[in-house]
Amino acid sequence: MRSTGHDQQKTRTLWQKLHIDLPLLAGILILMTLGLCIVYSAGGQSVDMAIKQARNMGIALFVMFAIAQIPPLVYRKWAVPVFIIGILLLVSVMFFGQVINGSRRWLNLGVAMFQPSEVMKLIVPIAVAWYVSQFDLPTKLVHIIAAFILLLIPTLLIAKQPDLGTSLLIASSGIFVIFLAGASWKLIGGCAILASAFAPILWLFLMKDYQKQRVLTFLNPEQDPLGSGYHIIQSKIAIGSGGLHGKGWLQGTQSQLEFLPERHTDFIFAVFSEEFGLMGVTLLLLVYLAIVMRGLWIASNAQHAFTKLLAGSLTLTFFVYVFVNIGMVSGLLPVVGVPLPLVSYGGTSMVTLMAGFGIIMAISTHRRFIM
Amino acid sequence: MRKNKRVVIRNHSAEANLFARRAFIAFLGVCTLILILFNNIYELEISSYEKYQTRSNSNRIKLLPVAPNRGLIYDRNNVLLAENKAIYSIEIIPEQVKDLEKTITEVSELLDISKEKQEKLFKSLRSKRRFKPIELQSRLSEQQVAMFSVNQHKFPGVFIDARLKRYYPFADLTTHSIGYVARINGHDAIMLEEQNKTENYAATRNIGKLGLEKYYQDILHGTVGHQEVEVNNQGRIIRTLDFTPPIPGKDLTLTLDIELQMIAKRALSGKRGAVVAIDPRDGGVLAMYSNPSYNGNLFVHGISTRDYKNILSSRNRPLINRTVSGSGYPPASTIKPLLALTGLEEGIITPETEIYDPGFYQLKGVENKRRDWKKWGHGKVNLTKSLEQSCNVYYYDLAYKLGITRIARMMEKFGFGEHTGIDIYEESRGIMPSVEWKRARKNRPWYTGETLSVGIGQSYWSVTPLQLAQAVSILVNKGQIKVPHLLKATTEVIAVDQSATDSDNTNEPQTGEQLPQQKLVTKAHPIDEKRPIVLKDAKYWDIVLDGMHNTVQKPGATAHKAFIGSKYDAAGKTGSAQTANLAQDQEYDAEATQESQRDNAMFVAFAPFEHPEIVVAVAIENVAKGGGGSNAAPVARQMMDQYFGDRVIVSKTKHPLHDNTYGEQYLENNTTGNN
Repeated sequence: MRSTGHDQQKTRTLWQKLHIDLPLLAGILILMTLGLCIVYSAGGQSVDMAIKQARNMGIALFVMFAIAQIPPLVYRKWAVPVFIIGILLLVSVMFFGQVINGSRRWLNLGVAMFQPSEVMKLIVPIAVAWYVSQFDLPTKLVHIIAAFILLLIPTLLIAKQPDLGTSLLIASSGIFVIFLAGASWKLIGGCAILASAFAPILWLFLMKDYQKQRVLTFLNPEQDPLGSGYHIIQSKIAIGSGGLHGKGWLQGTQSQLEFLPERHTDFIFAVFSEEFGLMGVTLLLLVYLAIVMRGLWIASNAQHAFTKLLAGSLTLTFFVYVFVNIGMVSGLLPVVGVPLPLVSYGGTSMVTLMAGFGIIMAISTHRRFIM
Repeated sequence: MRKNKRVVIRNHSAEANLFARRAFIAFLGVCTLILILFNNIYELEISSYEKYQTRSNSNRIKLLPVAPNRGLIYDRNNVLLAENKAIYSIEIIPEQVKDLEKTITEVSELLDISKEKQEKLFKSLRSKRRFKPIELQSRLSEQQVAMFSVNQHKFPGVFIDARLKRYYPFADLTTHSIGYVARINGHDAIMLEEQNKTENYAATRNIGKLGLEKYYQDILHGTVGHQEVEVNNQGRIIRTLDFTPPIPGKDLTLTLDIELQMIAKRALSGKRGAVVAIDPRDGGVLAMYSNPSYNGNLFVHGISTRDYKNILSSRNRPLINRTVSGSGYPPASTIKPLLALTGLEEGIITPETEIYDPGFYQLKGVENKRRDWKKWGHGKVNLTKSLEQSCNVYYYDLAYKLGITRIARMMEKFGFGEHTGIDIYEESRGIMPSVEWKRARKNRPWYTGETLSVGIGQSYWSVTPLQLAQAVSILVNKGQIKVPHLLKATTEVIAVDQSATDSDNTNEPQTGEQLPQQKLVTKAHPIDEKRPIVLKDAKYWDIVLDGMHNTVQKPGATAHKAFIGSKYDAAGKTGSAQTANLAQDQEYDAEATQESQRDNAMFVAFAPFEHPEIVVAVAIENVAKGGGGSNAAPVARQMMDQYFGDRVIVSKTKHPLHDNTYGEQYLENNTTGNN
């Protein structure tokens, strides 16, 4: 082991010294470039908005670079206290949080607004990976149950804000760790059955009216074409009218004439499809697929169970963003507030995502270590 | 540290394998989901592309209909009778105005706009898009338009909008013939839908409601144009993509002569009645005026309740077009020439047949005596004299001998009891009584006494002045039937085919000037003819026409006085219709009779006698005293004087400047055999 580590050290490139994974960075930069173009178009060709988004990207790239410098095992060391602090922050949001648009997500720190649920997107996989990696793989049932409890606490706290999109992402990040750690197929099957049994209870007792409405709208958007169905109908029109080649950059009528709502944030994929067509969409999906492949490759080659699980979970969670967002915009899934990663306008989620990529890069580039 | 040791002894390669397997499964899952996404996008962008492209276009592309300009209407001398006049309104686009309240107050002060209008505008502000214009005041005066135009630079976002509205410069003079347009109502909308015209009327506000405006609605309207625009989600127009200009309606040129129309109005002033003048050569209506009339312009803007009530409750009922509709008038003696013609045709009489008129007519075995209008009778009467003197007894006898069936059959050929086919919808048929008619309408048998009344144009017989004029036209045309009409020609703008003009130009030297792309094309309206009336002997026509000629030209004849001194050679027939039922032997005294029960004065005439150019029919209701000769004939005289003006008509039968002697000579020649 030592010798291999030594060999590795010998062949380290400049990029590795900088703790940058070049293929991953290339994929990220392609997405950011596309994102910048399409934000400019969707924002009514506003240079202001493009500049702001470029700044967000710069900050996010810097955060990624900074986090990539931290040796990954540091996270394992700090997993427990950070998780506890995260939970405390979520609880304080419950009591002191600011209500914006009907949900309590933000803490007012005086100088800036802070969204603890965003940080939890990183803390939860770290915590669950920390817990699971202490035991032999495949994980025993007892530990799986314990890990579930670990991820259920923040998930429920965030779902209560309410923030369905984020709680979904956080739950899946934990579940991916458990899955990758080798939970038995019997268990996975059992859980799937249990979840489907749970669905009616969820519908009847736990879901709020506006959430139910979203599901109903998803099932039949034409029922209320000018009300709740408007978003999804206009989005499908935008995508469908793009055709094979698209209408061309800045030429999308659905977006330029403002028929499409939330076009620079959650529905940016519709703008992209309208202007670049199926060809553009194919390219975009391939870039996402490449990033996921690279992430899983890094995870498989990671040295330690903790880093494997963490990198795998972060990568798959990244894909959940992609799937939920595109699925929702194209009418496959109900509307859940999840942005298209690295493309949608906005700083918060981009910084969180890039922090995740920073961790993955750290896992990929830091010197092999001995446990 | 213990923990670490435990980790060290873990089976790393087994764990790595397990993870790699799981990661691979996850990767397969990712691939599957990406394929699902791709498939869904493919479904939207490729399989349903056309559907979504259509929906996307219908989101952004709106077709704004552009109304065509309505065709204008001219009289036969190209005097404009119906035009499209610009109506100005002042409008405001809220988003272009900085201080809305201040602007509105200032504009209102400048143009003297009432507080209510301002408040109404503020109210409508709330419900309207901020980039759509809102009307502050409509129908601005020219002074207001000028006042605002000078100050326009002070009020950005405020502007004057012009809209075309129908206007009839001659107002009540043309209402009964031209009619009017008014706002399309629910009933019209249903009708347009049934005829599949809704699209063509998308931008049209008014539609013909009466007269020619209604009859030629389709021709006058034209074809709607379209402005294809791109709009955003607010409905704001971003740009114009395409423009298809509307095709304006065709202009109509009428056979009407507005000056004759004016004469008719003046002649009928203060009376209820109607005048119709026809050119017998083509059936063109030269004048048709019904008095009293009303101003059609009132209806164009939407008539006020008060104005409408006034018109409706007027005792003289101006809404009735007395020339063609209403209950019609008993034709009275004006149809005697036609009855004489029927008698000749049926062989009942000859020009020489004489009867003795003792002042009354009595059927054998009947107590009832029919009085002639002349108490002591006309003595010996032949056909010519019967017309000149309008002898009733002659026609009682003739009608009795003909019987109702033969009379009705002939009169129907002259158009009585039928639509003449004139190009307005308001025409009624009148009544030509017959045995069948009475059975059908009254369920009563026909009485011989009624036949006698028919002989002097009374009984149930009812005609419109147009029918009378038409019957006389048929008479002067000796059986030729030309359907009366108001439309003379239509004019439209036609785009000239460029290739056609190019080939034309090859033979001519190039002027270098661009030929206009459009030209005016005038098309004469075809003259409609019906199957002519053929008599056993064509000279019967002349016999009857001569009789009518004498009625005007022979001194002492019923219509002589009215035409003394005329420069043209007229012929005609008078009539006085009873409207009240008098008891036997009761004397009619106009002054003692209630106004509505007084006699109607009737008159038909044509001129010049040899080659008639104008036929006039006059009906005047409830005249104070006298009959057709003294009341209605002067109206016809005025019409004809206007028509012929200073024209000198060379005539064999009448010296143009020396009428009496010439006329008398003529009479001597013609009447020697008879008397």
